[in-house]
Amino acid sequence: MTTSTPTSPRALRRARRRQSFARSWAAYRAQRTGMIGLVLLGAIVLLALAAPVLVDESALSVTQATGGRMEPPSAEYPLGTDEVGRSVLALTLWGSRLSLLIGLTATVVAIVIGTAVGVTSGHVGGWYGWIALRVSDWFMVLPSLVVAIALLAVLGRSMATTILVIALVSWSGTTRLVRAQTLTVQSRPYLERARALGAGHWHQMTKHLLPNVLPLVLASATLLVPSAILMESSLAWLGLGDPNVVSWGSILNRASDNGAVSAHAWWYLLPPGLAILLVVLAFMMCGRALEAVFNPRLRGESA
Amino acid sequence: MTDSPTPEGGAAPLHDPAPPSGRRPGRPVSKRSTSGFGRYLCKHIGGAAVSLLLVLFSSFFIFRLIAGDPIDQLTKERPVSPEERAALRAELGLDRPMWQQFWDYITGTLTMDLGDSFQYRRPIFDLIVERLPATILLSGTGMVLAVLLGFWIGTRSGWRQGSRFDRAHVGTGLLLYSAPTFWLGMIVILVFARYLGIFPVNGMRSPNTPPDLWSQAVDIGHHLVLPVLTYTAVVYAGYLMIMRSSILDEIGNDYLTTARAKGLRDDEVRDRHAVPNALLPTVTLVFLAIGGVVNGSIVTETVFSWPGLGSLFVQAIFYPDRPVLQALFVLFSASTIIAVLAAEILYWFIDPRIRKS
Repeated sequence: MTTSTPTSPRALRRARRRQSFARSWAAYRAQRTGMIGLVLLGAIVLLALAAPVLVDESALSVTQATGGRMEPPSAEYPLGTDEVGRSVLALTLWGSRLSLLIGLTATVVAIVIGTAVGVTSGHVGGWYGWIALRVSDWFMVLPSLVVAIALLAVLGRSMATTILVIALVSWSGTTRLVRAQTLTVQSRPYLERARALGAGHWHQMTKHLLPNVLPLVLASATLLVPSAILMESSLAWLGLGDPNVVSWGSILNRASDNGAVSAHAWWYLLPPGLAILLVVLAFMMCGRALEAVFNPRLRGESA
Repeated sequence: MTDSPTPEGGAAPLHDPAPPSGRRPGRPVSKRSTSGFGRYLCKHIGGAAVSLLLVLFSSFFIFRLIAGDPIDQLTKERPVSPEERAALRAELGLDRPMWQQFWDYITGTLTMDLGDSFQYRRPIFDLIVERLPATILLSGTGMVLAVLLGFWIGTRSGWRQGSRFDRAHVGTGLLLYSAPTFWLGMIVILVFARYLGIFPVNGMRSPNTPPDLWSQAVDIGHHLVLPVLTYTAVVYAGYLMIMRSSILDEIGNDYLTTARAKGLRDDEVRDRHAVPNALLPTVTLVFLAIGGVVNGSIVTETVFSWPGLGSLFVQAIFYPDRPVLQALFVLFSASTIIAVLAAEILYWFIDPRIRKS
């Protein structure tokens, strides 16, 4: 940033952010597993986005199914058919959209709740901070699947409730992380300086604490998505998913309800399961690489 | 992690900012030189008691208030006269005021009177007692195996970070960790029970086994193999990564150099010096993972139709058997809270730093 002399504080800030982004990206790029994960993830997202172009939505219709019952793979159905004669390939392709959508949305909701509670509880402290800490600890300890099942059994099965319930069982980890980081940033001199200059709570939280916490949040979000996707697939497999949509978990739910295992219909079981595995693995690879990028700094700060 | 000057100063694990106790950064810890353990114990038991109360409250809230009228659930798709409804309502104690129902529920739960199951028409307490051994057998065996395997591999992986052993095992662990438990179970059944036919498909016993103890034990053991295999495969990677990063935190500490300078062999340095220190921070994490144990056993029991509490819970969703759901929700949540409390008490004895702080 030597070529131009930034004039306004905003330009200065922007230049600094660009620089730190470039540094992080270089550190990320140096990690092979992270790059493999990123490429894998890109490919999966592309396929999910392109699903309507590749396969017509009518392939999901039970009444318009053209194949026979659980046919093994053939030229017409590369991955065989399900119990009503739909192509498993088409189902898996379309299922990716929902699994990814639910996983990502639930993570975003969880991250927003977690960050808000974490920053405010770390910054404000006092009674509010104590209660927020206890509540997030409580959520952390409870077995997530049990809570999710109980809530879904009571609230009813729809996409919105699935997202809500997954977010509700996964926000607490982020709160922990964000709170700890907020407390370390809080004790730095520049925050004291900001306070001395008359910065209010809102200014301190949004301009100083949040930007410092966000890289960490990004890394932890990348590791939350796979657990959200796994949770969604478990819930859908148990039969607690939205009955009107096709996700990888719901495909496997139909497969086990219709005896795909005893029918030796491996083509029906392998594709959705492998898809879940690949997506989860890709997110984990990216998340671990991101953690490695951001963690050295965290180490230096929190020690 | 730069300030651990003492030889025993194993740093706290990085990925876990603070144990679930009240050890909060930024607030000076009060002096507890006189009755340190008493205060520590009281604080944690108090915290656990509050958490348990919250579980009781929330289960009442979820299952009585959000869930709607239990009579509707009980008499679904069956024409019922208003008189019958009223009779049922009185029988279940639902005609009484809400606060009284809440009080009955709390006292009932505390005295182990959990009510009757809608589905089995039997006391829930009996159902739980009947199915608990199966759950403990499956998840206990699976957890012990997963911890041993995870710690054994994790130690060796961390000790030789970047070696072929490390990369192969971290890769395998992550791969299995990424697999959905239920799917892995279905594939395991497909391969070992359907294609190869060497293990039973599901359940815990075969109907025609001779009644003597030895045959029964062999039969149950035979049924146990596939569920435990599935369960362990999914869970052990977590322990592997915990132990690995814990060992990585120890590597490079001076006391290891000292141990080497004494002329100890490499594996002696690892097993006698690095491992004991690395184990400390992992203890809490293992107990914290109890929640994951419950999750795993619910799914595994359902895939393999294992007659334990997890499959009872899942069956109860679809009946819907609300009293059973409610009782198991409380039971599962309470057991994780108590496990974490146990970890905190244990920590006092194994980690001298807590006593000194």
